[in-house]
Amino acid sequence: MMKIKKIIGVLSYRPRREFQAAKEQPPSTHGYDFHHSRGEFDGLSSPSTEVIIMRNVSIVGIGQTPVNEHWDKSLRELATRAVVGAMKDAGAGPDDVDALYVGNMASGAFTGQEHLGALVADYAGLQGVEAVKVEAACGAGGAAFRQGYLAVAGGMKDVVVVVGVEKMTEKLNGDATSILATAADADYEVDHGLSFVALNALLMRRYMHEYDLTHIDFAPFAINAHRNAVHNENAMFPFEVDESRVKTARMIADPITLLDSSPIADGAAAVVLCSADTARTFTQHPVRVLASSLATDTVAIHNRRDPLFLDGAAKSVAKAYDQAGVGPNDINFFELHDAFSIMAALSLEASGFFDRGQAVREAQNCEISRQGRIPIQTLGGLKARGHPVGATGMYQIVEASMQLRGEAGGAQLPNARLGMTQNIGGSGATVVTHILEAER
Amino acid sequence: MSMDLPRHWRLKQARYRLEGSHCEDCGHTFFPSRLICPECRSENVVAHQFGGRGRVYSYSTVYNPPAGYDEYVPYTVALVQLDEGPLVTAQLTDVDPEDVEIDMPVEMVTRRLRQYGEDGLIVYGYKFRPAWEAA
Repeated sequence: MMKIKKIIGVLSYRPRREFQAAKEQPPSTHGYDFHHSRGEFDGLSSPSTEVIIMRNVSIVGIGQTPVNEHWDKSLRELATRAVVGAMKDAGAGPDDVDALYVGNMASGAFTGQEHLGALVADYAGLQGVEAVKVEAACGAGGAAFRQGYLAVAGGMKDVVVVVGVEKMTEKLNGDATSILATAADADYEVDHGLSFVALNALLMRRYMHEYDLTHIDFAPFAINAHRNAVHNENAMFPFEVDESRVKTARMIADPITLLDSSPIADGAAAVVLCSADTARTFTQHPVRVLASSLATDTVAIHNRRDPLFLDGAAKSVAKAYDQAGVGPNDINFFELHDAFSIMAALSLEASGFFDRGQAVREAQNCEISRQGRIPIQTLGGLKARGHPVGATGMYQIVEASMQLRGEAGGAQLPNARLGMTQNIGGSGATVVTHILEAER
Repeated sequence: MSMDLPRHWRLKQARYRLEGSHCEDCGHTFFPSRLICPECRSENVVAHQFGGRGRVYSYSTVYNPPAGYDEYVPYTVALVQLDEGPLVTAQLTDVDPEDVEIDMPVEMVTRRLRQYGEDGLIVYGYKFRPAWEAA
């Protein structure tokens, strides 16, 4: 199944391998018009409309480290372990890999190390490969995955590795809080003493006010995430919590308590992506990327059209549903960005699963559990698996792939065919949505 | 963490006067200031000083502050909806956290936001305190 997209202009240069791949396409649909090219973007001066093929993309290998406080492991070691794990899972060697994308939020501030593209390529045994870091706050992992997807879908790369990595525990708590706050507006939020938790607390307080809820009404989000994490050997908190623990949890930024919050952690998760038509040369259980989309909203909450509705998420999922040709009722499970329980509620509403103001009530009715209408955080989510910020988007992709491959163990859903992931940068400013399908 | 001296100097109109922008084309008024109107994308934008009165849209009390704000803990932060419409993120002052309510009328005052160490820069800016309702 080819998705044909009209664009103005074609790139004039393509590496030899992609040139050959393009020539192998049926002449009736291939759009690479090399004779046409003169400048770098020939089409910019040409009135003609070209047709370019978007290739289908599959995940053929997954790898991850446990999420934890890895005092004994460096950023480069975590990333290497995830990359090597994904490449071994795919049976891919270093020579197969055309590019590496590293999702990371703040390695410079957390560890004093930037330039992760080259660093991780070197240490992961991919010396010389094209490699670059992708940053979008806590949405970096999902954004990096999307860059890998675009590279393969557009025909520029055949096999890419994407890794999300974050090493947060080098810093003490107050420093980590300051670094996380760089996802917010430095001049107009953070300088006024707002931590990232405080910004989410403002949303949660207003949500409680609008919809007549109390703090304990949000307990099902933490309870569900922890219950599912019990079956995830890579989760940071694989234990259950009950309502009494939620009630007595330590206050962080009123009304957000410790059990509304995801933990600071270290970790890395990776995948190998390739064009769908070559996927089975790597694996017998590829996972198809049916849709990939990224949308943005204002960084500062005070500039949103409506702070209680994630416009960025609504735009992101609308594009994803459209690309995949599905709707919320077709999705079997949803790995969303529960950095705080309020974010889980807002994400479910903006993504079309529940009406506005209903997500907390639906969670109380067990509609987010494994047996519910839309199971979320099936392997623990950010809350209980842990939230190594720039790696989180890749953990979501890896966990969704485990569900679709039937490898989720005790957390396995019986009919996992279509899964959706949503990785959020900031308090809703970058929203990356992916829809994945098990290839039979 | 450095003192970011030029940045704090650059923000003085917003910090001390609550200055945002007004779009001459669509009439939209917004804070903070921008070069391009977020409503109609016009570049015909001029400075606009807000009156400094509004109501609490939402609030929270911070117990785990970012580095540099430890000495003020616990402190109350809020989204304030200005009478002219826009929301502003700021601290509340001259009020106990338990007395804060959504829709409470507030007014802008200038207060110390933070200090960079014993000999460092002292950053001043807007905070909001409870206000009597306008008749």
